[in-house]
Amino acid sequence: MAFLDRTARGFFLTELLSGLGLTFSYMFRPRVTLNYPFEKGPISPRFRGEHALRRYPNGEERCIACKLCEAVCPALAITIEAEPRDDGSRRTTRYDIDMTKCIYCGLCQEACPVDAIVEGPNFEFSTETREELFYNKDKLLENGDRWEAQLAANVAVDAPYR
Amino acid sequence: MPKLTIDGIEVEVEPGTSVLQACEQIGIEIPRFCYHERLTVPANCRMCLVEMEKAPKPVASCAMPCGEGMVIKTNTDLVHKARKGVMEFLLINHPLDCPICDQGGECDLQDQAMGYGFDRSRFQENKRAVKDKYLGPLIKTIMTRCIHCTRCIRFADEIAGVPELGATGRGEHMEVGTYIEQAISSELSGNLIDVCPVGALTSKPYAFTTRPWELRKTETIDVMDALGSNIRVDTRGPEVMRLTPRLNEDINEEWLADKSRFHYDGLKRQRLDRPYVRRDGKLQPATWAEAFTAIAERVKGVPGDRIAALAGDLCDAESMVALKDLVEGLGSKNLDCRQDGAAFDTSARAGYLFNTTIAGIEKADAILLIGTYPRWEGSMVNARIRKRYLMGGLKVGVVGERRDLTYPYTYLGAGPQTLQELADGSHEFCEILKTAKRPMLILGAGALRRADGAAIQALARQAAEANNMVQDGWNGFNVLHTAAARVGGLELGFLPGQGGKATAEILAGASSGAIEVVYLLGADEIDTAKLGDAFVIYQGHHGDRGAHRADVVLPGAAYTEKNGLYVNTEGRVQMARMAVFPLGEAREDWKILRALGDQLGVRLPYDSLAQVRKRLAEASPVFRSIESLTMAEWGPFGQAGTIDAAPFHCPIENYYMTDPISRASATMAKCTETFLAAASERTGTHG
Repeated sequence: MAFLDRTARGFFLTELLSGLGLTFSYMFRPRVTLNYPFEKGPISPRFRGEHALRRYPNGEERCIACKLCEAVCPALAITIEAEPRDDGSRRTTRYDIDMTKCIYCGLCQEACPVDAIVEGPNFEFSTETREELFYNKDKLLENGDRWEAQLAANVAVDAPYR
Repeated sequence: MPKLTIDGIEVEVEPGTSVLQACEQIGIEIPRFCYHERLTVPANCRMCLVEMEKAPKPVASCAMPCGEGMVIKTNTDLVHKARKGVMEFLLINHPLDCPICDQGGECDLQDQAMGYGFDRSRFQENKRAVKDKYLGPLIKTIMTRCIHCTRCIRFADEIAGVPELGATGRGEHMEVGTYIEQAISSELSGNLIDVCPVGALTSKPYAFTTRPWELRKTETIDVMDALGSNIRVDTRGPEVMRLTPRLNEDINEEWLADKSRFHYDGLKRQRLDRPYVRRDGKLQPATWAEAFTAIAERVKGVPGDRIAALAGDLCDAESMVALKDLVEGLGSKNLDCRQDGAAFDTSARAGYLFNTTIAGIEKADAILLIGTYPRWEGSMVNARIRKRYLMGGLKVGVVGERRDLTYPYTYLGAGPQTLQELADGSHEFCEILKTAKRPMLILGAGALRRADGAAIQALARQAAEANNMVQDGWNGFNVLHTAAARVGGLELGFLPGQGGKATAEILAGASSGAIEVVYLLGADEIDTAKLGDAFVIYQGHHGDRGAHRADVVLPGAAYTEKNGLYVNTEGRVQMARMAVFPLGEAREDWKILRALGDQLGVRLPYDSLAQVRKRLAEASPVFRSIESLTMAEWGPFGQAGTIDAAPFHCPIENYYMTDPISRASATMAKCTETFLAAASERTGTHG
């Protein structure tokens, strides 16, 4: 009987049809792939992407040159130089992050007492040359300005846990 | 000798020891803010509370003298609770701005808050805010951070001797400041920064530049005066960021003079970083080979007695011995390390050293200051005299200028006439000196930096011997030099040889044409106009007076950039260590001279620093052991001669700018403006 059974199934192409049926059934199920870069998946507010230096709502830069991020950075990617600004406040004259050294561990934003340096949601910052990945203060502040709405939202969401 | 038990350990201490000191002796650390070993004890911070048996409440250990049979506990719940309470009160009004505070990372309050603080505050009300005070160009104040330990007030009153700081108001309204807005007029004001346990007083020139954890620390010595204060050079990369004192009970205790602490920005300005050769009347950049060729062309064939060398105030002993060997190899005996023209006798060591030693001042009971203003010539010596004065029973007599020394003194006279009277015993101050057990005299630059220096020196020796200053085990004759290199040069014999010319004669010879080649090793304090048409080779680190006049400039290393030996005014050999590398093409000085020697056909017989040091030890046994003091034998010195009756006058006109480094410093320029220019302009109706 086993022989007949097997022969009949082969003859009527049941395996083939059930396979095709399964494939066909996926046409009616929701899609799981994304049409990147036109569609993007959701990311956590804690996502550690490209760095940004934030400002206060009045436009004053947050960073106070305490150098804690420089001290904590395990990859030694951050370089800071500071001096008193004309109004006597403590500010950086140089704030560089070597994005090729950075390991995106997020310790810098954890160390920051004023939420100035943050790792934003942006992960699409590939460049054609190495040099473009040596971020300076202007670039980081520009990032901050561009992403501020989302950065502020992320910090607010995470605040109860810090 | 009271015996007490601390945490179960029995300890016997000297009578009068406080409980806190007794705890320290057995290695138990007690937290404290207001207590400082060298200041009086106010016991107002209450951080050092400990539990004492039979006492109803915790006691402040800094102010509690040890008693027989006391039982002290430092590690109980009561003690911790008490200290936590104190810490909470301190933090109520302390702004938690550690991220922008320069003291962050080396702050007593921060450290102790780790042990006794709490990570939340129960204080909901408004914090106190205090207006910042102006204390001059060196000290930055953020008075909101002040915890009222009063260390700064006590330091200014007791150590610096300028009672300008004080507290006004009570309780929460207490504010520390100068009563009338003014800069702290002390040459020791920088120490307020070290004394302050929090970030209320910080360094203005250093403000916001670095964090303590970024700094590489090199222990070395200071060259701004002849005392060789022990310092630590903090560097970041190739830059010197700040200088701080290092404990040395024999010299500077734990203090440092302002010039020594704040001159460092001069190390970044006006530096010589490549050789220069004068072509068509202008100094033009050149290579080492070109510079050496230019020197060799000019010097070769010049007879030895037409060559001369002068060593400056900041030279290390290695470079001086190398230059001495080089110049002597060229057949010259015209060399002098006393570029200021001080003509004193150098035949006996006792004649040019600070024989009593700086720590020895504490044993003296009568001090005669001759032609010296120790506040400027050796601030640490003055601090030590003041310390001795505070111990009580000290008599000070001054011959020279009438100036504020921070302690009272008897003014004896202005010039050599008074010294003569002291030497022959006819002056009434001699009675005081003769009844004193350990009298001493300090001979300063004002007395020796004269044409009749040797005669003044002989007269001072006479005065010392006549007034019982030289006894068995006590030598009260002291010379206070002003240049770090001076005693080193004298010890290794950087002096005119038989028939050689001294500084004044070298300069006269250069103007008349008798001297054709002058080698200046960092010598800038000479009248360069007197160099005439001589071919001048300047080796040094700053483009100062000497380099402006030079025909060939060889870039050397500053004291932070080389390993070198310096001998302080006591005759103590100390080592300065390399903290950063020499700038640009500059090299260590003895290496330059070694290389130049080959060009000139004088092979100097050493290739390594160890070999140079060996050569130094041959030149003088003093250099055989570093960090030790060789006492000088008393012997005859000085030359009797005619003495000019002109009064003694301190040759230092501007304390803040005495050498190429401090002259290049912007901080020192600000100090000059604040402390000296303002003082000379001020009138009775000013302000």
